[in-house]
Amino acid sequence: MNWELLLQLVINGVILGTLYGVVAMCFTLIYKASQVVNFAQGEFLLIGAWVCWWLLTSFALPFWLGFLITFAFMMAFGILLQVVVLRPLIGEPVISVIMVTIGLSIFFQAMVKWLFGVIVQPFPPIFETKTVDILGLNVQPAYLMSFVISILIMAAFAWFFKTSRLGLAMRATAFDQQVAQSLGISVKKVFAMAWAISAIVSALAGVVFGIVNGVSSALSFFGIKVFPAVIVGGLDSIVGAVIGGLIIGILENVAEFADSQFLHVGNLYTIAPFYILVIILMIKPYGLFGTEKIERV
Amino acid sequence: MSRLSLVPCGEFKTSYRADTTLFATPLSRNMVFLGVVLLALAPLSIGGWRPVSDYWITLLIQIGYLGIAALGLNILVGFTGQISLGHAAFFGFGAFSSAWLNNTFGVPVALSIPLAGVMTTAVGMIVGIPAARIKGLYLAIATLASQFILQDFFARADWFTGGSAGSLAEPFALFGYVLRGDRQYFYVVLFFLVVMYLFAANMLRTRDGRALVAVRDHYLSAEVMGINLTKYRILSFGISSFYAGIGGALFAHYLQYVSIEGFDILLSVQFLGMIIIGGLGSIMGSLMGTAFMVLLPEAINAVVNILKNTTWGNIPAVTDGLAFFKQAAIGLAIVLFLIFEPDGLARRWRLIKAYWKLYPFSY
Repeated sequence: MNWELLLQLVINGVILGTLYGVVAMCFTLIYKASQVVNFAQGEFLLIGAWVCWWLLTSFALPFWLGFLITFAFMMAFGILLQVVVLRPLIGEPVISVIMVTIGLSIFFQAMVKWLFGVIVQPFPPIFETKTVDILGLNVQPAYLMSFVISILIMAAFAWFFKTSRLGLAMRATAFDQQVAQSLGISVKKVFAMAWAISAIVSALAGVVFGIVNGVSSALSFFGIKVFPAVIVGGLDSIVGAVIGGLIIGILENVAEFADSQFLHVGNLYTIAPFYILVIILMIKPYGLFGTEKIERV
Repeated sequence: MSRLSLVPCGEFKTSYRADTTLFATPLSRNMVFLGVVLLALAPLSIGGWRPVSDYWITLLIQIGYLGIAALGLNILVGFTGQISLGHAAFFGFGAFSSAWLNNTFGVPVALSIPLAGVMTTAVGMIVGIPAARIKGLYLAIATLASQFILQDFFARADWFTGGSAGSLAEPFALFGYVLRGDRQYFYVVLFFLVVMYLFAANMLRTRDGRALVAVRDHYLSAEVMGINLTKYRILSFGISSFYAGIGGALFAHYLQYVSIEGFDILLSVQFLGMIIIGGLGSIMGSLMGTAFMVLLPEAINAVVNILKNTTWGNIPAVTDGLAFFKQAAIGLAIVLFLIFEPDGLARRWRLIKAYWKLYPFSY
């Protein structure tokens, strides 16, 4: 047993898992608010990271300004997407809604590749590359920053839904749309805001991941990885999404460890979450924290 | 009532037999026969003159084998209401199975294609087991997972797929006569397409076919009426995989080489795009959608070629972006169809027929 490698991988898993958790949270936010399963979540990360990279490298903007412009852009993008594409599909069958987001995802993937190329591009460095020592292990400051930012985002989400007026309106809408409407909440606005927030926070996750690993089309795979996370946690639970993300992040790395040390099957890192996904769907489809709709099939 | 030559302006059917007939009028039946005969004549060359160019033959073959797979997906998604994001994996499984049966056991290709369909059916039913318990978007996510798991299996199972080297597939042979070239292979695809099309069209006239539609429309009522939901959900996965397997096997023996690349999520989405663009729950529509999906990249190609001759052609972004435009067009077509024509080309076709039926007095 190589304990040091295992510990290193688990720490990587926790750091990556918090990032999965953030993306899963954004996914759940959209699902809860507007009952849309967003297969284009990964493209939010992709577009956000590329736009930010482009602003920082082409115009040499300072970081804070680049981030702010990116977020403003993503907000407009999220709202526009909801209003133009998703709003006409309210009340359509599940397959239509799923397919429209898949179509969008393919469209944006191709367009981003066309606009920015297919090569991995590094972000301009923010930190000096001195590693930080945690439990005798070397951790890059960028990873640490990613972890801290993820935790901050989660705290902000908790505050937003617990106390802010808009957050409460969103929870009310998620609970019952008609009742929310009768209480004077504009459901349309809530839908658009959910998409905007989801797009902004996903873009932030994309930028953070881009700073650590460089920006590339691989970012859109987050949109697929998010499914095991949300299913483990329960599709409509934000807390579940965070915990599911952590579980999947750690599981991936432990699978990698088992693979490299004992099993030698290869590629277990990418594929293990999907086995878990199928198992969870078979035995407990509503996940750890999801609302159980009792429906005998 | 004797057979009418034209469709009456209303419902005058007096028996269930008339309601479920394949062809409403002799005219429509003759038109279908004419269409098949014309297709059968397409690859012929008369004294060196070829009415259909080689390139169009390859496109027609593509429409054929993809269309068979799309038909299967439409039975699953359009008729039973189950969503599958893993159809490309079944298509690939069929391709590898046929090559494997042929290479390892020496099963003749004419037999290995249907056997590949049977093998894929078995796999499809195993993957469809979650469908017994879950539906809607949960099922979509489960089939997404199976897509990745099967893709991983392709990369891993060297004995079955040849690993990263891929596997070779023999050309199609019948009673010792080897069919060479696209023009001869065209008939194989046409034969399978007609058989599978008729099978699908006829299956929907049986109790089993109606049961599938009942499961889609209201599963509770269906169960109350004595339809075994679990059985029909899994059966539907089996049938759709059978079609995918046949389509994949035809694809394998057409290219005579199967690579583990290419059976990815994008192809699954393309299959779904075909049936959405063609029309969910329309057998004819599946083929129309497939034709649309196959011809769309060709149209993009043509547009870019025209642009190359104008001042736009000097912009490198236009000429280099061809592959990306093709991919973007697939996504865009799906989105636009869902927003503006959710019932697909099949509905458009019905509208055109209705327009000409009442022409010129369409009130």
